[in-house]
Amino acid sequence: MTEATIALPARRQDWAHLIQAEQVHGSIYTDPDIYQEELRKIWQRTWVYVGHVSEIPNANDFIMKSIGPDPVLMTRDKDGQVHLLHNRCPHRGNQVCEKHRGNQKSFTCSYHGWNFGIDGGLRGYPFPSGYAQDKRKELGLGKVARVGIYRGFVFGSMAAEGPTLEEHLGGAKDAIDNLCSNSPEGEVEVTSGFLQHKVMANWKFVMENETDGYHPAFVHASIFDVADSQIGTLYADTSTAVTRYFGNGHSEVDLRPEFRKRDEPLSWFGTTPQKLPDYVEKMNAAYGEDKARKIMIDGTPHIMIFPNLFIAEIQMFSIQPLSVGETVQHVTALQFKGVPDFNRRLRQQTMGSVGPAGFLLADDAEMYERSHRGVQEKNPEWVYLGRGSHRERTDEHGYRIGHATDDLCSRGMWQHYRSLMEAA
Amino acid sequence: MGASDRLMTTDLEELVRYHGITQFLYHEARLQDEHRFQDWEALWTDDAVYWLPANGENTDPERDMSILYDNRSRIGLRIRQFLTGKRYSQMPVSRLRRVIGNIEVLGDEPGGTRVTANMLLYESHRRGQIMWAARNEYLLRQVDGQWRLAFKKVALVNNDAPLTTMAFLM
Repeated sequence: MTEATIALPARRQDWAHLIQAEQVHGSIYTDPDIYQEELRKIWQRTWVYVGHVSEIPNANDFIMKSIGPDPVLMTRDKDGQVHLLHNRCPHRGNQVCEKHRGNQKSFTCSYHGWNFGIDGGLRGYPFPSGYAQDKRKELGLGKVARVGIYRGFVFGSMAAEGPTLEEHLGGAKDAIDNLCSNSPEGEVEVTSGFLQHKVMANWKFVMENETDGYHPAFVHASIFDVADSQIGTLYADTSTAVTRYFGNGHSEVDLRPEFRKRDEPLSWFGTTPQKLPDYVEKMNAAYGEDKARKIMIDGTPHIMIFPNLFIAEIQMFSIQPLSVGETVQHVTALQFKGVPDFNRRLRQQTMGSVGPAGFLLADDAEMYERSHRGVQEKNPEWVYLGRGSHRERTDEHGYRIGHATDDLCSRGMWQHYRSLMEAA
Repeated sequence: MGASDRLMTTDLEELVRYHGITQFLYHEARLQDEHRFQDWEALWTDDAVYWLPANGENTDPERDMSILYDNRSRIGLRIRQFLTGKRYSQMPVSRLRRVIGNIEVLGDEPGGTRVTANMLLYESHRRGQIMWAARNEYLLRQVDGQWRLAFKKVALVNNDAPLTTMAFLM
């Protein structure tokens, strides 16, 4: 008697062995089988950041984005609704859109002329008598199963069921709210285009580094030494800043304790109210002087929203894996609605800091790549994440927090990652 | 001296000037290839702009993200960062050799002489062997009898694609 067999992955991973409380196995960054399983269990299932509504402000706007290695079209229909579409003709699989962005009412496949609405629906095809029935209801561009928008940030989940976006974001919602409050109109805009910085390293090195507060004092010593920068003190051994784990993989370095100690509006941005008078005036008008002052002291968050959205005070990154050992960081300056003087400075500082030639990110990228090569050596086999375990504590909201330089964020990410990978 | 002699003289002057410009660009290329950061910094005028656009050749650097958009003081910061000996993305340095070709002198304007060229650069680094290609545009100016860089734009042909780290001089 033979039993029905079910196709299993090439090999079953022992996640409890690979991911332990204070260490993870080096192969988790470099194993191609694990990467394929991540595509199925993380990138094609959980909520992934795709784009921002300000990138498609008008009806019939579209822009090419991605979910993991796959291209995804983010479009806006005539009723204002946002769609996330797969760029694949249902007929013979041709890519229907070759443009990065634009405005048009429909997409026409260049291969056999099938025509799709901006919402992905099949509107028509040439020589219809060749089909016994009308195919328009049946076939169309594939749609990302769920689209969720929070404060203008558009996320997609390829799983039809699962936690809602708001459930997924959890405590990270407050950080996004705080970010938006730095605009007098309460809105962030993404209007400057992206740099694409490619690194020869696994995406998880990038993700973990975003809220690693231990490295700046060393990796970025070169720019701290020569620029008149106060960033170094935020990540010093004596810093009062904290790392915080929100659950669901999200974490932040909360720098507000340091900024509140300074008690100077816009110190977080390395500037003063005198240098940005228009911005300060609009903030005072929008929130009243007391609240505006508090917002301008606290500044913007430094938060990694699992698995791919990193809001880094003045800029925003979207992490895209291309393969097990290749990752792209898409990065742009955050822009706040209604404040051009502030926005110009944000762009200038962002361009200095990030991208392939950036004062900061060039060196971060070098570290990802060295780590990716390093973990392929087998002695020791493990990556050690125990820093600060002895001083973890719980804050007033019930989140785990630690010192700015502790490994708390990584430990949290890995426990969440394990829960996703252990799921069927 | 007849008309044809005058023409010859003008042509010769232009050739000598063209030769001077090409020699300057080759010199700049060698300083970059050999990571001679301070010598390279000395080529710039005080009002310098050094620009690597992203996502095309004709973007607006005052509005759109660029790979690099440095004024004179930021060029200086870049040099000083490298000289700390802690710029890990260039430790060890990328080994580089580039060819500057198709040099065209477009003409004189108030700020200097507009020149364009093609650039082909081979980089060897731990991450791999990488070819870079670009359309370069320069505004060169004579200062104390020497050519100087007032403006340099490096429009990489793949600046709309994901690019690896480039902390060397492009």
